[in-house]
Amino acid sequence: MRFVDEYRDPHRARLLLERITAVTSRPWTIMEVCGGQTHTLVRSGIDEVLPAPIELVHGPGCPVCVTPAEVIETACRLAGEREVTVCSFGDMLRVPGAGRDLLGVRAAGGDVRVVYSPLDALAVAEQEPHRTVVFFAVGFETTAPATALSLLEARRRGVRNYLVLSAHVRVPPALEAILGAPDTRLQGLLAPGHVCTVQGLDEYRAVVERHRVPVVVTGFEPVDLLEGILACVAQLEEGRAELENRYPRSVRPEGNPAARAVLDAVFEPVSRAWRGLGVLPGGGLGLRADWRDHDAEARYTPAPPAADDGRCRAALVLTGRLRPDACPEFGTGCRPEHPLGAPMVSTEGACAAYWHAGRTRRLAAAP
Amino acid sequence: MCLGVPARVVEVDEQAALRAGTVDFGGVRRQVCLACVPDAAAGDWVIVHAGIAIVRLDADGAAERLALLDSITTGPLVPGRPPDPTPGTEA
Ligand code: SF4
Repeated sequence: MRFVDEYRDPHRARLLLERITAVTSRPWTIMEVCGGQTHTLVRSGIDEVLPAPIELVHGPGCPVCVTPAEVIETACRLAGEREVTVCSFGDMLRVPGAGRDLLGVRAAGGDVRVVYSPLDALAVAEQEPHRTVVFFAVGFETTAPATALSLLEARRRGVRNYLVLSAHVRVPPALEAILGAPDTRLQGLLAPGHVCTVQGLDEYRAVVERHRVPVVVTGFEPVDLLEGILACVAQLEEGRAELENRYPRSVRPEGNPAARAVLDAVFEPVSRAWRGLGVLPGGGLGLRADWRDHDAEARYTPAPPAADDGRCRAALVLTGRLRPDACPEFGTGCRPEHPLGAPMVSTEGACAAYWHAGRTRRLAAAP
Repeated sequence: MCLGVPARVVEVDEQAALRAGTVDFGGVRRQVCLACVPDAAAGDWVIVHAGIAIVRLDADGAAERLALLDSITTGPLVPGRPPDPTPGTEA
């Protein structure tokens, strides 16, 4: 298939790998920010065939994984209300909140539905006007325009029983937190190609300027990732720290103005807690004040802060401090069919990536 | 969550209040929202995420870059020399 097969071509991948090996003279630690990229790297085995001095650290780019337990608990409570239907992406249903998940609430009689798009959730609200339909909105800047469009449409069509519980998050504040941590080992970043497709490059240029690290905007197929790694290593070897766009078929410097306009019409940056990173100023997207009539947070009381399962080390995994296969629970106490934490559930979680690629637990002691 | 799937626009529904159309994902057709790709027409490639097209792909530019990438990665390989490995783009 076009725009897929040519970027999965094994011959191209091998040539790129040879180049990477040829240019690498020293150890380098590079973070791929996006969980989708983590999955490609692990599934294709790129992380295992790269020259040994290159260490890939998996980033926090799984919106499902960084959604804190109390937000999931809020969604669970809403789903337990008699007149409320909660719609969300399938990944959210099995993420453990404060001792329960949405799937459990559904089993107990709550109305929880899986949707492919927020526009589908809006359609549910339109078809069932007697119910309050809440879209539990999770995702980065890539996904927020779809949620925003559903709200703009709700208002245009006069669908007043459609609400959004926003858990949308913004990537740049998380990068600031990770690169600004005193113990950071990161020397380069592969930036998330579809977030940049919407938002453009300005925020990432600012990251390069503040932290003096190479940032390479990268796509999602094996050839894309190898090209991004090669560009990043070449910069590091030459002592450069620049912003490079290696996904220009999708990413323009200004992003997608139409998508940004839609996003900005509905959302504004707000402080938001990230699992593993704490409360990040500007780390979330909340509904603007004039959207209060569609804001679930304004209508219902959010659940109080909740603790994660004490055995799960998601906070360390999400900040690149622990490899999933070094977690003592990996594959034993924690598996996709009985996950202890979100990174084992989500299709973009790093722990799930390792598990589905058949990786076994490393014997190295975990912190 | 940021999974975006390339698809070819088959038809734009000009009647829809919210710009929409049919796209083809390698044989599977689906109706998606095209509000964020106002310039996309039938035959164009887009990336679809959560039911909306988030960008019109630069198909010509992509083909050129792939050819350039191939010409460079099949050129002579000089171990230990890091030089620009592949074409960069304005960032
Ligand atoms: S393997 Fe399971 S318990 Fe360990 S960090 Fe990952 S999700 Fe948490």
